Amino acid sequence: MFPWLTVLVAWPLVGAAVVGLSALVRRRTGPAGGGTGLARPLALVFSLVEVGLLVGAFLAFDTGAAAEHQLAEQHAWIPQIGASYAVGVDGVGLLLVALSVVLVPLVLLAAWREQGRDEVRLRRFVALVLLLEAFMVAVFSARDVFLFYVLFEAMLIPAYFLIGGFGQGAGRRRAAVKFLMFSLGGGLIMLAAVIALYFLAVDAGVDPRQAFLVGQLTAVDLGTVAERLMFVGFFIAFAIKAPMVPVHSWLPDVAGNATPGTSTLLICVLDKVGTFGMLTLCLPLFPEASRWAAPFVIALAVVSVLYGAIMAIMQTDLLRLVGWTSVSHFGFIILGIFTFTPLGTAGSSFMMLNHGLATGALFLVAGFLVSRHPERSQKIAAYSGLRSVTPVLAGTFLVAGLATLSLPGLATFVSEIMVLIGAFGGSPAGSAAWAIAAIPGVVLAAVYVLLTYQKIFTGAPAAGLEALPDLRVRERVVAAPLVAGLLVLGLVPSLALTYVDAPAEQSVAAVTAVDEPADAAAQMGSDK
Amino acid sequence: MTTFVPPEIDWLALAPLLVVLGAGVVGILVEAFVPARARRTTQIVLTLAALAGGFAVVAVLWPQIVAQPVQVLGGSVTLTPFALGTQGLVAALAFLGVLVVADRTSTGQDAFAPSASAVPGTSYEDLARRSGLEQTEIYPLLLFAAGGMMLFASTDDLIVMFIALEVLSLPLYVLCATARRRRLLSQEAAAKYFLLGAFASALFIFGVALIYGFAGTVRLLVIAQRVQQGGLPLEGMTVLLVAGVLLVTVGLLFKVGAVPFHAWTPDVYTGAPTPITGFMAACTKVAAVAALVVVLYRITIGVGAVSPETMQQLQAVIVVVAVLTMAVGTVVGSVQSDVKRLLAYSSIAHAGFLLVGVAGFRPEVQASTLFYLLAYGVATIGAFGVVTLVRERRVGATSGEDNGPVEDDGVVLGEATEIAQWAGLGRKAPWLTAAFALFLLSMAGIPLTAGFIAKFGAFSGATNGGLWWLAVLGVLASVVAVAFYLRLLVVMVFRRADDETVPERVPDAEDLGEGAGASGAPAGVGTATLVTPQVTASQQVAVTVVRSRGPAAVAIAVCAVVTVILGVFPSPVLGLVEQASKFVP
Repeated sequence: MFPWLTVLVAWPLVGAAVVGLSALVRRRTGPAGGGTGLARPLALVFSLVEVGLLVGAFLAFDTGAAAEHQLAEQHAWIPQIGASYAVGVDGVGLLLVALSVVLVPLVLLAAWREQGRDEVRLRRFVALVLLLEAFMVAVFSARDVFLFYVLFEAMLIPAYFLIGGFGQGAGRRRAAVKFLMFSLGGGLIMLAAVIALYFLAVDAGVDPRQAFLVGQLTAVDLGTVAERLMFVGFFIAFAIKAPMVPVHSWLPDVAGNATPGTSTLLICVLDKVGTFGMLTLCLPLFPEASRWAAPFVIALAVVSVLYGAIMAIMQTDLLRLVGWTSVSHFGFIILGIFTFTPLGTAGSSFMMLNHGLATGALFLVAGFLVSRHPERSQKIAAYSGLRSVTPVLAGTFLVAGLATLSLPGLATFVSEIMVLIGAFGGSPAGSAAWAIAAIPGVVLAAVYVLLTYQKIFTGAPAAGLEALPDLRVRERVVAAPLVAGLLVLGLVPSLALTYVDAPAEQSVAAVTAVDEPADAAAQMGSDK
Repeated sequence: MTTFVPPEIDWLALAPLLVVLGAGVVGILVEAFVPARARRTTQIVLTLAALAGGFAVVAVLWPQIVAQPVQVLGGSVTLTPFALGTQGLVAALAFLGVLVVADRTSTGQDAFAPSASAVPGTSYEDLARRSGLEQTEIYPLLLFAAGGMMLFASTDDLIVMFIALEVLSLPLYVLCATARRRRLLSQEAAAKYFLLGAFASALFIFGVALIYGFAGTVRLLVIAQRVQQGGLPLEGMTVLLVAGVLLVTVGLLFKVGAVPFHAWTPDVYTGAPTPITGFMAACTKVAAVAALVVVLYRITIGVGAVSPETMQQLQAVIVVVAVLTMAVGTVVGSVQSDVKRLLAYSSIAHAGFLLVGVAGFRPEVQASTLFYLLAYGVATIGAFGVVTLVRERRVGATSGEDNGPVEDDGVVLGEATEIAQWAGLGRKAPWLTAAFALFLLSMAGIPLTAGFIAKFGAFSGATNGGLWWLAVLGVLASVVAVAFYLRLLVVMVFRRADDETVPERVPDAEDLGEGAGASGAPAGVGTATLVTPQVTASQQVAVTVVRSRGPAAVAIAVCAVVTVILGVFPSPVLGLVEQASKFVP
């Protein structure tokens, strides 16, 4: 069988290396300085070929068995400490791999003119993006806890350099350090849990040379206290990454200071690792502890929904606003995961994809807008009346915004409604009440999107902004696939749902079936 | 009438030591007989060949020793796989360290004083400098130090261990005093190191005496055997044994650089010539930690079996030291402003992480200690190698250095070790910065570098020994450690150099003047940055990166490659160290 996932991981790495080495080629043949060199076109070609490879992976994937981890490969990696190179994706993993792979060429294209003419910076930027892509694809395919952990931490490094080295804001170094410290702090707590998991698994009779395989670990009974402690270790790391209140504070800083392209990759893809980890590691590995923690997690998720939305309304900086909306949306995703209903979990999985498309579009279009401003101001107050000046830009922004507020007809609506309905019937105590409490989040979303649209695009054009150019062809090419994706998935959600339904049912079954069969059966009954 | 029976000696088992120490002796002859012109080259070739030869012999011996450990000369050399692994590790790291030592860089000068015995600031010093003297004795000294380190963990006899301690320490004391620049600082460092080192040696030998008083022998395995068989009653005598073992341990912890015996580390690391610091930081730590493991585990065999509570007391001591070492190393490290001091505190912190693994007291996981030492060693030698290349360059023609009139009045001065001076290094020397960043990331324990696998092993060791809370503390200390490595990284990669702003800003200001009317930008922007130079030290000197003449570059490249390979495919090396987790023949 063709190793699709390994190739998907390796290809961007090759790309990053080739882009890095292209420096040598230029120095020998071309004139020094001047020109924009090979880096961007090379990177774009690599990322587009990667999309082609992705199509191949989709064709090889059997949607009939979407709950199973397909395209699987497994090799011994570091047998001495029980780590294997094991990859494989279920439907959810495949969709998130697809999201990463599709967003990368768009981000490269969007950032085409962002780094000016500085050849060195440009080369580093695209090489880092390709490197990050490899890590993202790998982390969504990892089926070994150790491998997952390694990638989870290692991808912070390119992300750190992307934030700190290429941002627009003055505070980007601080933001980069804050991001890294938060993530590494969470990651190291997780490391303690990973180590403990290994020894408990070995004690329970798992082969010590393959002790980190997720498939093996799910069968291990860890004991209540240990399981809960380890759940907390994993969950803190994922909550920081997701990000969830109260460990979210790095996100708005990053969103306000990084380039829109970086923010897109970071918040739309990388942060999904947090929710993805909750879904594919926390629930199956620690089912009892997940049930135990669910009421608390749900409460925090709803707080995130509301707090993120309120903070978004209060922002004056456009990119920070988009950052805060994500805090709110991640709240919804986490809420859906911890309702333990097939509907809610499937909704969350779907929402991970939709949020990537909608927020990605919003970030990139906001970036286009900011790049047009003579002073590159990110302040919302610096703009007004642009609908008449740049109609296409305004329209794209509106569609992305409406997707963010989950307008019916767009994909985000479907997923959000699934999460909320799922939460109403959710098994954890108080789930329905929290679902009701989360509903104002939907209304608040309308406030922050429409208010922002109104301030920026309606009224009379502000002085100095009367002659801004509308979206260029390159920028339209970037926005079109995202908008199209939101529309198509909104009208025909089954396209994506076929991939997420079966995994959702399986993960819910994994959580509810263990330990308390009678209770679980009662819960299943109450769902219907 | 007894006839003389010559002892049977397994010469092959002694070969690694003989090659290295023998080459040291030959090196002294080279000093005497080889003409000055060829001396340096001869010494370098000889030293490198000896270390490579030592490593090769270790490799040849490996399968044999893994199958059947041997004792030579009645246990004076006890070649277990662990000991042999330590020998190989020391030889390999010393090889890399000597490469850095041997590099004269594009300035044409190495890091050592032309005549280390000349009193700083005297005319003799000046004369030595003018006449182009060279202190090539450093190479035999390095070989003796390396030989002592190789013997340190390869013996069962505490007296031999003491001799090895002195053989490795005395050359290092001398080497510390040989810096070409900041000579007073260098000599002060040597004096400090010597005094405290002598103190630690005294404690060590006093501990040996107490142990002898208890057991009537200084051979660890014999003690273990007798205690286990009940030949040595512990009741009433425990104090003697415990005090003895503790004093020996203190002597070793001093060499390891663990808190509260760490006070010498920052000063000595800063004052010593940087290549020597790298050699010392990497190789001494290997030898000292390995010796500590050997002593503790051989004691454990006997005492642990008979009197578990005595064992627990011993373990408690190591745990406390580990916690203190991690805390002091990381917390104090995070407020340092000098690169060499920062790396010194990093080395203290790593001693703490190593002790976390050791404190698990599980022989089978001590393999990870060797791996840790390897990962730490390559990152350390590489990092100090980079430090040797980042120099100050005098701006404008002023004369004289701190130490009076100088012949090397040229452009490039000593190392620029202020962290602030490293700003903008990423632009001046991207590859060097990338390598240094890699070493920092490895020391911070970021996955896909060697440091991560090493830390994983150390924390696993503690967890496996039931000390999971110690592992959690270690994890927390790692977070603090990451913060200070990150500080350096931010300065290097993201911040612009102050001297860099001068050439870059001037055309900016001109552009501004020409196009001020057109762009309408506020005119104060360009000038404001010009007027605010913020650094004091680098006002008269700029920072430059000198080119390596080869050896140091090779060492740094090898260290970087090894760091990555050990991070991504550690399996073969882990397999080797797994074989090495055998302490008793």
